[in-house]
Amino acid sequence: MSEVKKFMYLNRRAPYGTIYAWESLEVVLIGAAFDQQVSLMFVDDGVYQLVKGSKPADIEMKNFTPTYRTLGDYGVRHMFVDKASLEARGLTQDDLIEVEWEDWETEEEVDNIVEVIDADKVVELLDESDVVFSF
Amino acid sequence: MSDLYTINKSPFEKNSLDSALKFSKAGTAVLLYEDAVYAAVKGTAVEEQIKAAMGDKKVYALGPDLAARGIAEDRVIDGVELVDYTGFVDLVEANDKVQAWV
Repeated sequence: MSEVKKFMYLNRRAPYGTIYAWESLEVVLIGAAFDQQVSLMFVDDGVYQLVKGSKPADIEMKNFTPTYRTLGDYGVRHMFVDKASLEARGLTQDDLIEVEWEDWETEEEVDNIVEVIDADKVVELLDESDVVFSF
Repeated sequence: MSDLYTINKSPFEKNSLDSALKFSKAGTAVLLYEDAVYAAVKGTAVEEQIKAAMGDKKVYALGPDLAARGIAEDRVIDGVELVDYTGFVDLVEANDKVQAWV
């Protein structure tokens, strides 16, 4: 068995205006097949990816918020959000979607894996990751 | 007659909003669309900049782009006028020319 690595997906772009957020989501879903320890980090405009209530029908784009909600089922264990990035944009955790997680073997459950953290914690988590994918 | 300035980039990622406002004269119509609609939201780091601009300019935001991003109308800064695609066309028609701050 190969060694499990810590993968971190670092998201810094707003959804819909550019393709970055969607591409990141695609790579996360593909990567989920490889049984690694996967975390997502949202900083700068990336925090907008988790804002709930998006209705993109009139701009003729797919609403991908429901896909974020399923990430817990794809083995994503942590979704971290930078607090200062939220505050600069007039947002709080209440504006963000919730993502459930469950370990099917141990039946351990977490109601919401979206966690707001400060910059020091962001630094620490990036440092301890084996691989960081930037979008 | 005045010009229509359009801005479609997030104010937190690019300086398009800064430049557009800096190089605009009184009476300019400013339309925020795509990721620029984030500038129209209350309580952000650029709210004061938008309010200052509204002192002598008219600011518009494209409704469908706000809805796509989960921004309810009551979170838009007072005085910013929401328009739909038809309203966008009306603004283009009503102004001398359109300048896109991409």
